Amino acid sequence: MTLGVIMLVHTGFDRAEQMVRHWSDAGCPVVVHVDSNVPAASYNTFSAALADLADVRFCARHRCEWGTWGMVAASQEAATLLLEEFPDAQHVYLASGSCLPLRPVAELRAYLDAHPDTDFIESATTADVPWTVGGLDRERFTLRFPFAWKKHRRLFDQFVKLQQLIGYRRTIPEGIVPHMGSQWWCLTRQTLDAILQDPKRGVYDRYFRQVWIPDESYYQTLTRLHARQVESRSLTLAKFDYQGKPHIFFNDHLELLQRSKSFVARKIWHNADLLYQTFPLPHDAARAAEEPNSGAVDRVFSHAVDRRTRGRPGLYMQSRFPSVDRQNGIAAAPYAVLQGLDDVFPDFQAWLTKQTGAQVHGHLFAKDRAHFADESEIYRGGLSDNARLRDYNGKMFLANLIWNGRDDHHCFQFGPADTQKVRWTLAKDTNASIWVVSGAWSIPLFASGRSASDVRAEAARLQRIEDKFLKVLRAPDAHARIKIMTLADFIEAPMDVLQAIIDDIAGHRGNALKEVPKMPDLTGLPDFLQDLKNQGMHPFLTGDITIGNTRPANGEPRRKPYVISAE
Amino acid sequence: MAVSERPWRKGLWHAYRLRWKRRRFLFRIWRKRHQIAPRVDRTDQITSDAILAFATVRNEIVRLPHFLSHYRKLGVDHFLFVDNGSDDGTAEYLAAQSDVSLWHTTHSYRLARFGMDWLGWLQWQHGHKHWCLTVDADELLIYPTHEARDLKALTGWLDDQGHASFGAMLLDLYPKGPLGDVAYDPGDDPTKTLAWFDAGNYRDQLHDYYGNLWIQGGVRERVFFADEPARAPTLNKTPLVRWSRRYAYVSSTHQILPTRLHDVFDFAGDSRVSGVLLHTKFLPIVAAKSAEELQRGQHFQNTALYTDYHKQLTQNPDLWHKGSQRYEGDAQLVALGLMSKGRWV
Repeated sequence: MTLGVIMLVHTGFDRAEQMVRHWSDAGCPVVVHVDSNVPAASYNTFSAALADLADVRFCARHRCEWGTWGMVAASQEAATLLLEEFPDAQHVYLASGSCLPLRPVAELRAYLDAHPDTDFIESATTADVPWTVGGLDRERFTLRFPFAWKKHRRLFDQFVKLQQLIGYRRTIPEGIVPHMGSQWWCLTRQTLDAILQDPKRGVYDRYFRQVWIPDESYYQTLTRLHARQVESRSLTLAKFDYQGKPHIFFNDHLELLQRSKSFVARKIWHNADLLYQTFPLPHDAARAAEEPNSGAVDRVFSHAVDRRTRGRPGLYMQSRFPSVDRQNGIAAAPYAVLQGLDDVFPDFQAWLTKQTGAQVHGHLFAKDRAHFADESEIYRGGLSDNARLRDYNGKMFLANLIWNGRDDHHCFQFGPADTQKVRWTLAKDTNASIWVVSGAWSIPLFASGRSASDVRAEAARLQRIEDKFLKVLRAPDAHARIKIMTLADFIEAPMDVLQAIIDDIAGHRGNALKEVPKMPDLTGLPDFLQDLKNQGMHPFLTGDITIGNTRPANGEPRRKPYVISAE
Repeated sequence: MAVSERPWRKGLWHAYRLRWKRRRFLFRIWRKRHQIAPRVDRTDQITSDAILAFATVRNEIVRLPHFLSHYRKLGVDHFLFVDNGSDDGTAEYLAAQSDVSLWHTTHSYRLARFGMDWLGWLQWQHGHKHWCLTVDADELLIYPTHEARDLKALTGWLDDQGHASFGAMLLDLYPKGPLGDVAYDPGDDPTKTLAWFDAGNYRDQLHDYYGNLWIQGGVRERVFFADEPARAPTLNKTPLVRWSRRYAYVSSTHQILPTRLHDVFDFAGDSRVSGVLLHTKFLPIVAAKSAEELQRGQHFQNTALYTDYHKQLTQNPDLWHKGSQRYEGDAQLVALGLMSKGRWV
């Protein structure tokens, strides 16, 4: 008993010759089909080069355009010839010129001898498996495809649309259930013979002639009629990208291919000398009995397909520039924006660092320079603290900062005294959580000791800017997690808010707060605010600050329930 | 593959203007064709599937040995050089290389659009239908797994995917310590001398007029252009193109017409395959080159800003800082997000 090989060749004749010799040397008769598009000169050189091999035949040639019937016609032609000429062949393996046996052919033959009645062909019903290329699966079998996909893409697409529109459906010949799968199969003589000799072959061929990509469905469907035992998998390791184009194996895939223990792989890069030297591996008794295992290869390649849809969030680079409007996350990882807290607690930054271990920056968008967590001039990744550089493209500054340190949680202080251009970026970013204590800017003004009339203009300016920021945060397309509270609300129950911030940074319920940041003495703040009002400047963002709620908190627990005003 | 839907849409009038702009460039290239004279013409070696490299050089004898060996290893079949009046033996060195064709000119580099007019004429004659790599002598192209897959593998894959161009970002390499204090011998791997780079300070934006992704940032901006970010050097490039006689580079290889060749990046969240041009500008010879540039004024806009930049370069600055990243190879740059494998797994 022997294994016959059909090889479809359309290019790369030197490698194809090498492969034919390889199969032939291992005792396998080979029937070669050469695409009729190949010029006569190349064909003649190729066939002359193989003239010394007794068990190699060349069959009549068909035009093999991807996705068309020619591929099936070619394999039918070759299979017919092979079955006639080589009555010993018990299994027939369909391969191409860029298929490379990874294990010795003897191991493959032994494997097939152990499964004499089994057809190895990937074959699944379209109803159950969503393999889609160009959105066509079931419709491959029910529409007509008279236009070449490669040359007349637009016509192809429009004709499909037209048929969908008018609800055209072909009838599928009686008795067959459409199946699809990898075009690389290994069938038993009996099954293949039954397919080729089927009295209804004329009907089937006429039908499949107009099916889209029939080489992935013709044998896959008809095998189901004749096979004694179908093993629905391909012995050829082949991976496809999301467009249905085959992935190519290069030298750096060597280890991956070794681990796959597959018998044959395609498509191999023409110049991958290392692969052609290494494979097929020498005979190894320990491995001989092992089943192919393409799990690792599957993972690597499906990971690539995943990346196609998900990419690397938060990365902006020369070959990835997602537009903001289409995605929700702008930065690579969650971060917190804290407005007003450092006005209430003078040493808030140091305290928060201690509590959370996060990268707690100062005012990153301060007018003078970016105040990084370590107050350095150049932060991770070479990010400069230069304000002009930062403000030239604040969004990219932020994206870079988070991308460069995406293993850490970042927090930074923000406030109405900072440059405000970045506010829409912050508001839209689902990775941002923004905490605002509105009106907190009044505390440094109060603490400065200057009179209300002196700071009136400054207070009005800060309030105007903060109000604008709040409007942005309240806009419908602000997708960040946003908590806004007035200063009055905040100082009612600061611990609850601080705990919530720390829980948010920790990503879960953080440790209970042991140490409270120092709050300055706010006695006199209500009078100060009243003075501002008397000057005609109403600090409406602070909320209603009364003498009652500015009493220094001496650890005296408050009973009043506290609600964060969430927007 | 169908061109992805791109937010850069400027309408028919803009397209029409760019079309004429491209024609003007082509006319200009044709008009200046006599500025270059062949020294050694080995272009009959060029086979139909050859990958070609184009470069204008001036006094690059220090960089060329490694430049040639790098690109030969990568699979460039033929080099087409324009020598702009070198006096350090560059011309003789190049003429002796068996896979190099050499032209000579003493005309103004600046007035020839920084050499693009000269190279444009060579590309027009020899580049049609070839994959053409257009680089400077201080640019070394790498891309993911470039050691295992040569340019033939890359361009073959790009052909399969229906892409006619390939993007790469210019990555400035620098040494630790003052620029002039390190040693470099011709032929050495410059990434051993210039082992450091800035990993994450690059800004991307869409170029409004040409629709390319415009990248600025990096060490030169950080050190020399921090107060004028708009004028900082441009880092995006499209150095590798399956050429057609109708194509023309606009400004260095930063921009090219027609604009569809700028379709080297992805909007939807995926990343395309892309590379990095390792920039070996800061080899110790940079001080001498900048001094000469101050004399000749043949490079970019000779504003006070750029004069200042070149002056600073002659004063042996130190570009290194403690956050600098040591260059380790292509896998590192992929992990940092400076280039990407895309779907080319």
